[in-house]
Amino acid sequence: MAWVDTVLQGLMLGGLYALFATGLSLIFGVMRVVNLAHGDLSILAAFVAVVVVETLGLNPLLALLLVVPLMAALGFVLQVVILNRLLGRGILPPILVTFGFSIIIQNALLETFSADSRRLNPGGIETASLSLGSGLAVGWFPFITLAAAVLILVGLQLVISRTSVGRAFRATSDDHETAELMGIDNRRLYGLAMALSLGIVAVAGVFLGIRTTFAFSSGPDRLLFAFEAVIIGGLGSLWGTLVGGAVLGIAQTVGAKLSPGWGILTGHLVFLAVLLLRPQGLFTRGRRIS
Amino acid sequence: MSLLRVRSLSAFYGSFQALFDVSLEADEGETVAVIGANGAGKSTVLRAIAGALPVTPAAVEFDGRRVGGGPAHELVARGIVMVPEGRRIFPSLSVEENLRVGAYRGRPGPWSLARVYDLFPVLAARRGQPGTNLSGGEQQMLAIGRGLMANPRVLLVDEISLGLAPLVVRALYQVLRAVTREGTTAILVDQDVSEIMQLAQRVYCLRKGAVSLEGRPADLTRHRIAAAYFGV
Amino acid sequence: MEPAAVRIERTTRASRIGAVGGALVLIVLLSLPAWGDPSTMRLLVEFIALLVLAQMWNLLAGYAGLVSIGQQAYVGLGGYALVVVADDLGVNPFVAVPLAGVVAAAFALPTAAIVFRFHGGYFAVGTWAIAEVYRLLVANTGALGRGSGRTLKAVFPLARETREVTTYLLALAIGVAALAAVYVFLRSRHGLGLMAIRDSEHGSETLGVDVFRTKLVVYVGVAFGTGVTGALIYLNLLRISPDAGFSINWTAYTIFIVVIGGLGSLEGPLIGTALFFLVREYLSDYGAWYMILLGALAVGVMLAYPQGLWGMVAERWDLRFFPVGRRVERDPSPRPSPRRGEGGTP
Repeated sequence: MAWVDTVLQGLMLGGLYALFATGLSLIFGVMRVVNLAHGDLSILAAFVAVVVVETLGLNPLLALLLVVPLMAALGFVLQVVILNRLLGRGILPPILVTFGFSIIIQNALLETFSADSRRLNPGGIETASLSLGSGLAVGWFPFITLAAAVLILVGLQLVISRTSVGRAFRATSDDHETAELMGIDNRRLYGLAMALSLGIVAVAGVFLGIRTTFAFSSGPDRLLFAFEAVIIGGLGSLWGTLVGGAVLGIAQTVGAKLSPGWGILTGHLVFLAVLLLRPQGLFTRGRRIS
Repeated sequence: MSLLRVRSLSAFYGSFQALFDVSLEADEGETVAVIGANGAGKSTVLRAIAGALPVTPAAVEFDGRRVGGGPAHELVARGIVMVPEGRRIFPSLSVEENLRVGAYRGRPGPWSLARVYDLFPVLAARRGQPGTNLSGGEQQMLAIGRGLMANPRVLLVDEISLGLAPLVVRALYQVLRAVTREGTTAILVDQDVSEIMQLAQRVYCLRKGAVSLEGRPADLTRHRIAAAYFGV
Repeated sequence: MEPAAVRIERTTRASRIGAVGGALVLIVLLSLPAWGDPSTMRLLVEFIALLVLAQMWNLLAGYAGLVSIGQQAYVGLGGYALVVVADDLGVNPFVAVPLAGVVAAAFALPTAAIVFRFHGGYFAVGTWAIAEVYRLLVANTGALGRGSGRTLKAVFPLARETREVTTYLLALAIGVAALAAVYVFLRSRHGLGLMAIRDSEHGSETLGVDVFRTKLVVYVGVAFGTGVTGALIYLNLLRISPDAGFSINWTAYTIFIVVIGGLGSLEGPLIGTALFFLVREYLSDYGAWYMILLGALAVGVMLAYPQGLWGMVAERWDLRFFPVGRRVERDPSPRPSPRRGEGGTP
């Protein structure tokens, strides 16, 4: 039964990874940009939550009500003020500028919060467990994380497929010149996409901070896991992202069970295997990665 | 009074000059044709009017306002709507979604999804399919329908006959005739001269980026048009 | 109509002056051990190491269009290869430096097989993922000292002064060789092909440029150069650990240097490295602030002066110290044109 337990843990972890991955692939889908500061922004959100919790005495889950809009607003501003100015200049500038953001954020966090590890405390819920029968139990909190991931994914899917904004996202992603001719303001739309992405990543960051300790340098690993989840699941598919996250999560937990230092490495190796054997990911139908 | 006026428009792609001092006018409700050989600059004129090219604000005047240079998405809100060359249907959207995107700015007017489906029953039959599943002629209908959904005051149609069979082209021009009869101003660009001349009240011929002929179709002989078109 | 008589020029007046100036600087640097002090030599080794890393990254990203944020993999691999080859295999540590480059290049082949499946931003993250894999593999290997790393013991028998001077001279040799290699490559047919790929991958393919092979050659070559530099760095520092050798900071420093100095030129990284050391000199007391400043500077330069500081200067005054392009100039001495009626093709 211990293995089933491990797999279940991995599945829950996968929910968290799917959240990270969703923000990343949304931006890539709409704007063809990889935000290298993606992970660091989630850690920034976690630290903002720390500040909110310490000054207002709120439960971290309630703090989300403040943190998410704040981060979304930050995303909008970053896009409109800086990243939009790089449009039409090729792939290099966004990579370099978001990399610059990543370094700035990490060092700013180091200066402000020192190198100490932090953790968000939601008052007991993170240790409570839910019994599944036949001796199996999952933590309440990982379960909530997975549920939140699924809810957010469903919500995002609905927005993209049913709303005017969602159509605008898809149209702009297809052909941004013609989208302009339809009256779509690409620049504002990109701002909106970035706001959405950062809002989602803020949720991911806070959930991460509840689940485990974090510090100023925890960002890059989140980016890597998000990236791996996206690639494993396959580009262009939101549900693929959930599956990708789950596969990565399970690989990591199983690997860690086999040998404590090998958890993350196992995840990397599974990622490499998928890349070599089925580069289009598990969910897409044979398209190239580009 | 002219609804749309282009004055001394010069346009560049990088350091290449595509238009030299082009001027044209369209009165409210009028259909204007812009003809010319490949590369003469016809699409460039439309793109400049639609706001998709950087030009001086004074070069394009719409409803008394200087609108040269766009941005294109704002001009759509004012009622300048382009049906682009090559149709440019969005592959990730269904037929109906393509039409709905046309109405993104929510301009009030007579056109709605129901009316567009009335005009193009073929589109209604295929409303749930991906936009690019349609044939060339059907895609052109979809592109026009998409443009109409924006409730345009001026409809710009770029190269409507490109790659289409003559029968299909004729049917499309029937539709355009019905649309313009309702009072929509239209500026049409096409390499195929015959259909367009029957529809337009005014025609401009471009050659190498400059206006080589203008007038009413009834006043122009085939000989004069050919001379202006080819420059012989 | 008679076509205007032109000729293709490669050198410029600035480059001729620059060549003379560069030779003078080199002579001064070579003589340094005789009159300079050890701390200056150590600083120069660091300077040269960063300069070469920057030139390598510039070749990869600015010319080949391959934006890698995983070059630290080769710094780490080169550093560890130095320790293994010198300590475990008993090779002279100074000879082990270029050999470490070969080891790094060997690892670049399977790495390329993986990362070349990606393009653009995903290529960047892919290179980083691989670097992390290398870091974790090394950190989990007992023979390599796991998390605490290893010390270079092969230099212990040497007198301190001998070691420092030899390291310094080796650094000079590496610096000159790297600059020369990049310069020669870019001026060659392959360099031209590379710049064509950068400008238009598809277009250059139709002209017969073997895009994949050119990119692979550049990637492996840069890995070699980076590996050699990694070995040099740890020859200077004497101690390596996975977190240090495979640190993202190597990439951060080189990116900032190249972006601020100027991407896609040989002079840019030179300016950038000088600026980097200046900033470090004055701000090192302020901890993380100097990284924040560098980051903000890089972002600002990218927004306002995408060609970097050197690019701005070069545009304004048309300066090229390392001319890798070709200029068309009017030929003042016209050649006689072939006469009509004579046989043969013109």
